[in-house]
Amino acid sequence: MINASIRKDFPMLNGRKMQGHDLVYLDNAATTLKPQCVIDAVTHYYTHLGANAHRGDYELSFEVDTAYEGSRKAVAQLINADEKEIVFTSGASASLNLIAYGYGRKFLKEGDVILSCEAEHASDVLPWMKCCEENGCVIEYIPLNDEGRIEIETFKKCLHEKVKMVALAHVNNVLGYEQPMAEICALAHQIGAIVSVDAAQSVPHMKIDVKKMDCDFLSFSGHKMCGPTGVGVLYGKYNLLQQMDPFMLGGGSNARFDMCGNILLKDAPYKFETGTPAIEAVIGLHAAIDYLNQIGMENIHQHEKELHDYAIEKLMQLENVHVYNPHADGGIITFNIKDVFAQDSASFFNSQGIALRAGQHCAKLLNEKLGTSATLRASFYFYNTKEEIDRFIEVCAQANIENCLNLFF
Amino acid sequence: MSGYFDDPMVLREILMDHYQYPRNHELTHDETYMSRHMASDSCIDDIIVEAKINDGVIEDIRFDGVACTISTAATSIMSELLKGKQLEEAHTIIDNYHQMIDGKAYDEEMLEEAVALKGVGKQANRIKCATIGWKAIEEMIEESEGK
Ligand SMILES: Cc1ncc(COP(=O)(O)O)c(C=O)c1O
Repeated sequence: MINASIRKDFPMLNGRKMQGHDLVYLDNAATTLKPQCVIDAVTHYYTHLGANAHRGDYELSFEVDTAYEGSRKAVAQLINADEKEIVFTSGASASLNLIAYGYGRKFLKEGDVILSCEAEHASDVLPWMKCCEENGCVIEYIPLNDEGRIEIETFKKCLHEKVKMVALAHVNNVLGYEQPMAEICALAHQIGAIVSVDAAQSVPHMKIDVKKMDCDFLSFSGHKMCGPTGVGVLYGKYNLLQQMDPFMLGGGSNARFDMCGNILLKDAPYKFETGTPAIEAVIGLHAAIDYLNQIGMENIHQHEKELHDYAIEKLMQLENVHVYNPHADGGIITFNIKDVFAQDSASFFNSQGIALRAGQHCAKLLNEKLGTSATLRASFYFYNTKEEIDRFIEVCAQANIENCLNLFF
Repeated sequence: MSGYFDDPMVLREILMDHYQYPRNHELTHDETYMSRHMASDSCIDDIIVEAKINDGVIEDIRFDGVACTISTAATSIMSELLKGKQLEEAHTIIDNYHQMIDGKAYDEEMLEEAVALKGVGKQANRIKCATIGWKAIEEMIEESEGK
């Protein structure tokens, strides 16, 4: 287990109360808390650097460029990519939209198939629906097994010559299952399909190597890995990035243009980074990556696994709790308090200082696979402790419809 | 009367009762009814409310959908309270209800069982649950008034 002393690095974990209780933050799949070093990196930019990136020829601006590109290098190293394959976006959603717009709309044709699954995050499926509307391609959904996973045998059966794109999450945000991405990529490549991996829930929690995985695109957000909001990453194989269209044009991304309408774009990744980016967030992301590396991605993964197993063992002993994904690979527990609607129980957890998420996530998946329309989700990160899990379990044990309603009187 | 509505046990019973046995909890799909699908992105509740309004009177209110205790009970109570009311009276009751939810002065007598929702503001994010069904009827009243 990671030593709980790292909690002192997080201002939010030192004295912040919620509804009169010490905060137990278990909504890490939504966003993560920030260590002081990340906060400092952000304010350092505003306090000591100030200038724009890629713009000026003076010392300050040069320093900003160096910091900005230094972050790109850190991201590249984190996932074993090349610097020029790293595009800064505003977040995973922006990265996923950029793929569907810049690659999908440009290259997919009528009748082409995009493979998705019923458990995908909206940001990984709606952009493709739009692409289908524009280009006449279609989405086919890979059936999940009873547990909610993609089985490789099923995946094989879904591949056919019309499949040109496979767009799947590496780790699912509702069920926390890790999909066998390397195998999926290898199989998809055999038929010439491109694989876009939504890694929003995996890059923050485990060691990712894009070369080993051999994915074509990989998207994630800074804020889910201790970084600032407003910055995300699109990794793409360089030749694909070069072929792709940006979805914004303007300053920073063109090499030159003339009055006749000839535009010469810069090479990737710069052709995608039009306009002034969230410079402080990019710099803050670098600090976050350094911080995570210092703790070690393997340790982070191990810690979360231990917390997960510890919590599951205790939850299984509670008669009033139903867990939908006891065998999740990551630190995500999706559950309900029996006979209590998720929104009602979430308020009870709130009243006890426990932050977790109530939602219907993806209605289709939940209705058909889980047999419920709404669930609660507790998601862990490396700064959560067994003591916090104990507190969470204690509140679970007290949760019932009476206690949930008592909050209002 | 006011003593009765001050007893938390009683108020909780009212909520539970309307949650477990919601009134008017069946849609008609009748063309003479107006209908509103209420689904907010920040909340799980997803309900449909129907109303039949004729000559300035709310003749019927119906609802159905997936919803939490608070929104089910609040909508059920609303459907009983406003059914048969003149629009003018309905407006006064609705205004009064919002006053209560917002923690301002309100007339308890007029709200009857809806008083069970007076504490909902203690969990601020649940205010939308307590008002989602009420919003639907407000919109339909406005529609019937040609606004
Ligand atoms: C699997 C997955 N994909 C994409 C996203 C979107 O991330 P963002 O909101 O940072 O763009 C999320 C965030 O909830 C996610 O869990």
